[in-house]
This record gives sequence, structure tokens and C-alpha cells, in this order.
Amino acid sequence: MTVDSGIQWRVGDALEPITLPPVTRLELIQYAGASGDFNPIHTIDAEAEKAGLPGVIAHGMLTMAKISRLFSPYLKYGWVRDFYTRFVGKVFVDDVIMIGASVAEKEEKGAETVYWFEVIAQNRKEEHVAVGELTFLV
Amino acid sequence: MNWDHWVGSRSPGEWNGVEKGAVRNFAEAIGDPQPLYLCEEGAKHLRYGRWMAPPTFPITFRYGSIPGLQLPKSGLIHGSQRFQYERPLWIGEEIFCYLTLKDVFEKEGKSGRLTFLTFERIGEDQKGDRVFTAESTLIVTEAVRRELSA
Repeated sequence: MTVDSGIQWRVGDALEPITLPPVTRLELIQYAGASGDFNPIHTIDAEAEKAGLPGVIAHGMLTMAKISRLFSPYLKYGWVRDFYTRFVGKVFVDDVIMIGASVAEKEEKGAETVYWFEVIAQNRKEEHVAVGELTFLV
Repeated sequence: MNWDHWVGSRSPGEWNGVEKGAVRNFAEAIGDPQPLYLCEEGAKHLRYGRWMAPPTFPITFRYGSIPGLQLPKSGLIHGSQRFQYERPLWIGEEIFCYLTLKDVFEKEGKSGRLTFLTFERIGEDQKGDRVFTAESTLIVTEAVRRELSA
């Protein structure tokens, strides 16, 4: 049997960023259903316009959930203990969002290692739409 | 509407199941078709040998509402969100969920006075041990607040 040596990140290391396919209206409808957040500014243009928006905007929580995808390949080694994001920009239909994470700090605590990541989501104009931190425990 | 009165109040709370089908739908909706969430075999290769829910999954739970507290039906802005876990959230478990209004404060913004409401959502397991704390900050603009008082 082979032993999986797990992961070793160093401070400054970045996870491979992911450029997501353009946001679609169907995706927002699907997320509304899966999350139970049926606020119509995410699905119905007329409602978004009433709220002073040019069209529907993505749920901040959907962007946050997409950031967490960066860590899914590593869930066999550890888990996400803390995750914080600020929603600093709006995401519209057809926006292309890039998500990224890099190791800001690392601490060994007995058998466990705690990694503090800085995480971001930005659009094609390189405007941040969400920024935050995530702690991954291995 | 003056929310200060409700700071410290909590909802009665509700039990929520971490259902496999709901997790699968959620994973698909966020574009995360991880075998960890989706296939029985995947779990064997995990550190804990069990499936865990995606970190933002607790947003799908019902937490009940704080008696008497009213929020605008539209116009609330989600400013920030935090999830803190004491341990992973396992698929198949039952979680007791409730929420409290933790803080209310105001700040002067570009388009008038903004009200910030901080809600804390808490999940406990069947032993009564805390599994997660999720903190949401919602922003109410002056225009929306005025509409609510009208």
C-alpha cells in the first residue's frame, strides 16, 4: 500500500486559480433553488431594476461557494475551519469570474498544520467582487 | 424601524437534516461536482472516512425567525459572511439551528446613513455541542429604511 504524503504548502504559495465559465441566468436560478434564497433581484430583471440595478446580480453566497471549490481537491487531507468573505463588488450575468487563494501564514500545532489563506474573486476588469480569508486545517 | 431593541434576541430554532440529496443539489449548483459529496466510494479515501458538506452549506438551513423582528422584503445588501467550524459538518447528521441578532450599528455612507445588522447563526449537534457559527452582516440603506418606516 502506498502512503499518500498529503500536502505541504509554503507561505506565499498560490493554489492554481480557476477562471469560471460566464455567469448564466440558469445558474442563478439553480443556486436560488439549491440554497433557498429566492430574493428576486437574483433571478428577475424587473425586480433587480426596481432595486436600482441594471439587471439581476449573482448571490454573494454563490461567489463565496465558488471560492470554496478551490479547496475541494484537498478535502481528503483536511477541512475548511474558518471562511470569511466581504462582498465588495457586484456580479452580473455573463461576467467571467476568476477565483484565487494564496497562503498568508502557516502554523504547526502538534500533529496539525493550520494554513491561513487570502482568497479573492475578481472579474475580467480585475475588479475584486469578493475578498476574504480561509483557514484550512491539515 | 429601530432594530436596537432586538439585539441579543434569538429565534426558537429548528432541526435540520444534512441531506445527501440536498448536498448533491448544492454541490451541482456551485459547480463543485466533488466525488466527496457525490459518490459513496469517494468517502473511503477521505481523512475521516466520511463525507462533509461544503463549507457554505449551512446557508441552506432554516434557523427560525426572531419574534417581532421585521426586515425589508427587498433592498438588503449582504456585506460579509463568516463561517467558523468546531469540526466538519457531516452528511447525514441532524443539526439544531437558531439565529441571534448580535449587533446593530450605523455608518455614514456616500448615499446617506447605512444601518448594519449582524446576525449570528448557530448549529449544534444532537449532543448539544456547537458545530458551526455563521455570521452575516446585512446592510440597509437609508432609502430602504425610510420605506420600511412609512
